[in-house]
Formats: sequence, C-alpha cells, structure tokens
Amino acid sequence: MNLLFDFTVDKAAKTIYITREFAADQDLVWDAFTKAEFLDKWQAPKPYTLYTKEMDFRVGGRWLYAMVAPGMSPETAHQYSMVEYLEIRPKTSFSTRNTFADENGNPRTNAFSLVKNTFKQGNGITTVYIEKRFEDLAVLEMMATLGFKEGTIAGFGNLDELFRNLVTSK
Amino acid sequence: MRRDIFQAIADPTRRAILVLIAVQAMTPNAIAEHFDITRQSISKHLRVLSECDLLAKKQDGREIFYELKIDKMKEIDTWLDQFRKIMEERFQNLDQLLFTLKNKGK
Repeated sequence: MNLLFDFTVDKAAKTIYITREFAADQDLVWDAFTKAEFLDKWQAPKPYTLYTKEMDFRVGGRWLYAMVAPGMSPETAHQYSMVEYLEIRPKTSFSTRNTFADENGNPRTNAFSLVKNTFKQGNGITTVYIEKRFEDLAVLEMMATLGFKEGTIAGFGNLDELFRNLVTSK
Repeated sequence: MRRDIFQAIADPTRRAILVLIAVQAMTPNAIAEHFDITRQSISKHLRVLSECDLLAKKQDGREIFYELKIDKMKEIDTWLDQFRKIMEERFQNLDQLLFTLKNKGK
C-alpha cells in the first residue's frame, strides 16, 4: 500500500510540517501516539530502544523517556527527552512542548519545540499532521551545526549532546 | 576573530539580513535600506556575521556585495534531511506495529 508521506520545512516560520497516512483507524493510531506501551515500540530509531520512565497523558502531564543504546541498560540512561502535554482533544489532536531533561524531568536547556499532532479518519486510513515549531531559528541552527557530526545515528543522543554543548558554551 | 554561529542568529536584525542575502547578493547600502537603523549598526551586524563565517564578500567594480556562504547554511539542510529520515523510519516502525495490532484484534 502506498501511504502518503510529506515533509515540508518552512525556515522563515521555523516550522516543520509532516503529513503521514497510516493504514489503521483513528482510534488505533491515536493510541499509538499517546500510550507509552505503543510509543516504546516505534519511536526509537534502530538500533536504539526506548525506555519510558514516566507517562501521564493528560493536560499538564508529561512523558519522560530515554533512548537506550544497544547493550546499555535503562538505568544508565541520563539523557532524557521530555514531552509536556499542553492541550488534548481526544482522538483529534494534542499539542506538546518538547525539550531535553535529566532523569527527574528537570529541563536541561531553555531550548524547546512546540508540536501539534492532528488526526483525521479516512477510508480505512488515518492521516496524521504534525507541525513542529522551533522556538528560535538559533536552535535549529545549533542542531545543524553541532548535531550529527557523529554520522548517521542522527538520533536523540546527538541532539542531547548538542544541547549539552549549547548550554555549556554559553 | 571567530565567533559562534549562535551569536550570529541570536539577533533578529542579523537573522533578517541573512534572509535578505539568501535571496541575492547585496551591497551594505542596499541592505541598510531595509532597516530603520543606522548604517553603522548595519556594518556592525555585517561584521559579526562575517566573523561567524556566514558571509562571503564579492567585489564588483567599486561595490562590495555580501552573499550567504552556502556551505554553512547547508548544514541545516543536512540536519533536516537526517530528521526526515528518522521520521520516515519511525513511521515504518509504526506501520508494522499497527499491522500487528490490527491482526490481533481480529
């Protein structure tokens, strides 16, 4: 099946727009985006696995997770990503504020992005629209200049590294 | 002096200058016309951008044109490209998960 995937960048608006179709009903796709047991199964780029430390999917709640490198145990993870839930319209959309944190959910940096995920039911297909806005072009720029030096693993480990550099270089 | 790229774009005027010269090479005067600040301030911003290695100078007769150093900006595109690939891979993981879940439900 040919599922639509569109990835558009508006640098002036500091926003990335992603559209993706999934061959499942809205309820299921919604669960896959909002329940830790499912997120753990698809969010990590290989060969990483995802470890959820906390998940509280409601407005004001947060998801605290780490990418775990192969051969490492979750206990040794100290680079966490934090997703705070700002607005939830069940099955339809939710908005988050994403940042980097330590294992207790203390933000590691002031840099963050705002993300809105919207779900639309079609005929046996659900379309998900993701809008990811960076708070500042500088953040995007720093990701570009400092991140991904290490090559292809391009995952969040690198972004963590990058933000660590960003914070200490100030 | 070499500066951090972060300094270059921490300032809204400098970001606006980058956007302007990304479209076409411009003289300092032409750049200054777009802003309601002194020519001296524009020169200062251009100096910072040069020190951040974001500007290339081109001499054309008596005029000096500033243009964007593409290599530096390409790093953003590289990052975006990587991010796109991560998202693609994630979504393929999700396709598989959804397939598994649907079959389980039957």
